[in-house]
Amino acid sequence: MSQTNPQQIEYNLKVVRQFTVMTVVWGIIGMALGVWIAAQLIWPELNFDTPWLTYSRLRPLHTNAVIFAFGTSALMGTSFYIVQKTCRTALFSDKLAAFVFWSWQTVIVLAVITLPLGLTSSKEYGELEWPIDILIALSWIAYIIVFFGTLVKRNTSHIYVANWFYGGFIITVAVLHIVNSMAMPVSFTKSYSIYAGAVDAMIQWWYGHNAVGFLLTAGFLGMMYYFVPKQAERPVYSYRLSVVHFWALISLYIWAGPHHLHYTALPDWTQSLGMVMSVILFVPSWGGMINGIMTLSGAWHKLKTDPILRFLIVSLSFYGMSTFEGPMMSIKSVNALSHYTDWTIGHVHSGALGWVAMITIGSMYYLIPRLWGQTQMHSVRWINVHFWLHTIGTVLYIVALWISGVMQGLMWRAVNAEDGTLTYSFVESVEASYPFWFIRFVGGLFIVAGMLLMAWNMYRTIKAGKPTTETIDVAPREAATPSA
Amino acid sequence: MSSFWSAWIIVLTLGFLVGIIWLLRWTMTNFTGIKEGELMDHEFDGIVEINNPLPRWWMILFWVTIVWGLIYLALYPGLGNFQGLLGWKSSNQNVQSLEESREATEAHREAGLIVQYDREMQAAEERFGPIFEAYAQQPIKELAKDPEATEIGQRLFLQNCAQCHGSNAMGGKGFPNLTDDAWLYGGSPEDIKTSLLQGRVGQMPAFSSQFNEQQITELATYVLSLSGRKVDPELAAAGKQNFAVCSACHGQDGKGNQQLGAPNLTDNIWLYGGSQQAIEETLMNGRNGVMPAWKDILGEDKIHVISAYVYGLSND
Repeated sequence: MSQTNPQQIEYNLKVVRQFTVMTVVWGIIGMALGVWIAAQLIWPELNFDTPWLTYSRLRPLHTNAVIFAFGTSALMGTSFYIVQKTCRTALFSDKLAAFVFWSWQTVIVLAVITLPLGLTSSKEYGELEWPIDILIALSWIAYIIVFFGTLVKRNTSHIYVANWFYGGFIITVAVLHIVNSMAMPVSFTKSYSIYAGAVDAMIQWWYGHNAVGFLLTAGFLGMMYYFVPKQAERPVYSYRLSVVHFWALISLYIWAGPHHLHYTALPDWTQSLGMVMSVILFVPSWGGMINGIMTLSGAWHKLKTDPILRFLIVSLSFYGMSTFEGPMMSIKSVNALSHYTDWTIGHVHSGALGWVAMITIGSMYYLIPRLWGQTQMHSVRWINVHFWLHTIGTVLYIVALWISGVMQGLMWRAVNAEDGTLTYSFVESVEASYPFWFIRFVGGLFIVAGMLLMAWNMYRTIKAGKPTTETIDVAPREAATPSA
Repeated sequence: MSSFWSAWIIVLTLGFLVGIIWLLRWTMTNFTGIKEGELMDHEFDGIVEINNPLPRWWMILFWVTIVWGLIYLALYPGLGNFQGLLGWKSSNQNVQSLEESREATEAHREAGLIVQYDREMQAAEERFGPIFEAYAQQPIKELAKDPEATEIGQRLFLQNCAQCHGSNAMGGKGFPNLTDDAWLYGGSPEDIKTSLLQGRVGQMPAFSSQFNEQQITELATYVLSLSGRKVDPELAAAGKQNFAVCSACHGQDGKGNQQLGAPNLTDNIWLYGGSQQAIEETLMNGRNGVMPAWKDILGEDKIHVISAYVYGLSND
């Protein structure tokens, strides 16, 4: 298109709105499932003696629902929004974008059906069977085309840093998913991985850890790089820091998988490499936190009055905490204590509830009014209540599992000095964990309560407004002109 | 691994770290053409970026971790086939059998390599081995009366046996109760110890092809009658006609045979359930019971102590 003739382009906000609503809906479902299985650990009767409702089947449904339904819907929605706004152009293809939305929701619905039925490839975070894996691949390829197609036809000279992170996440997740899901089908609902033994384990955790690194970290850093400066109305702290931490983060993460397999049949050299890269990774991870939090310089007072900014900044604090904790836990001698204990679950949730959920919730509160022709959410006070519910819930959760995790690790390794036998049997460590599992369950209740409040707030906001139409004049470099 | 793959790993790893170092050095310089502390010359949807230098403490931390990583890779295995200057190994790598593992342990010891697992096992053996050796000298019957020994035996039981036999040793479906003095393979101290050392494989064949459903029902009824349970006498009498097949293992009187691990059918103790339905299921489909062999896992001395604990459960 010519740069000299003024041209009106309308942003595709419909697909963003669809993803936004589904983010909240899946958030409630995924987190409620988490609370349910947390309760099952304390009261096993809650499976009602029904195979579909057993812990073993609902746990993968919980992880799939929060990572791929809640988290990925949020990433797809915000990436489509941000790539349009920061490239001053509409999406590459509205039809393909609609396909991304509907195919992705289909994947999730299929997960909701098949996982409770016990249809699973048994690969952690990649449990879905091969026909669904193929649909995921198709949906993802469409996502790649829409996102990168939009980048290519941008009306800006540079590509904004948020889009680097989204781009890195989108490409890598495609590679991870396709390689890890390679399997031989034996029937429509059953397949076997083409990898075997230690290689299978390594591929699995190369995938598993990079699902964390690219989907749950890089993708959400993309979100952070847009919504934090927008909500704080401050310039991003350091362009050069974003360059170094982006390249270092995405290139280091890919090596880190073996730290999930310390002291296993994985060769020593692989374990060492995974550990070394994980420890170095700590520094570029913090680069993102520094850049986000320092963006607030000169605007710290806004935290007093703005609960959205509070969500965003506290999420960065949790991000900093869990990206310190992760490299520490990847050190073999720490891992010898922490592995297989609740500490790992606590660590994951300080990332998932503290970082991923809070940055998403903050971003959604920014986005929802702007997508439905409003200036702010129906109730800012409720956002604040949600902030406290979520923060208290997350802290209860993490602290409870830190204590139970370290306690389990210490109990498992305790040895009687006189005869060398283990001091405790496994079941004694389970018994000792109950009080902490109860606190974790209560923390979960706080979080789901907050999400329900968010849904109500969203409903009222949407009801009061109507879908925004936003166009942009691409030739003269001016700000977008919103019109209802 | 072959030297090609070893070289591949070394080149990739070191090349990558060099790349990271280059990236860090490059971004430490102001390559942007904009004065430090000023805004970059692009703007995205109202967002601008400052050209601030990297925070000094952060940059130093980056250098420290990179240097640490290189030192670690020099000391420990990591760079392909390079074993590291310390000669450390977590365990015997690439062994396929227990035999190979033992040979590797021996070879490593001679070569002065530090195999952490072997060293820890050896240290524990040196420290605690004599304790169990002393216990192993005492007869199991006596040991069963030694409160200290039975406490150790109980701990070993809880960590190794309770998964199947339960914390209270009372078993469950398919896993024998060890407290009731009814024994599949004999309850003498020696029999118990043999079960632990060598394991046991119990096999009840399936009779679904030999008998029809009616005959199975009759047989099950007869089996129940052996334990003095109230049953339909006609059905039981009919079942008795076919019991000869069963008596090959369970004996004419149905009292079982400990040589074969064939259970006593007259004591109303049931490994797989004592309902009519459960017994019919056993007859139809057969049963397979496996007790693993523990000799290579725990060693004979510890098994001696566990045997004393188990013996004591039904012999006060």
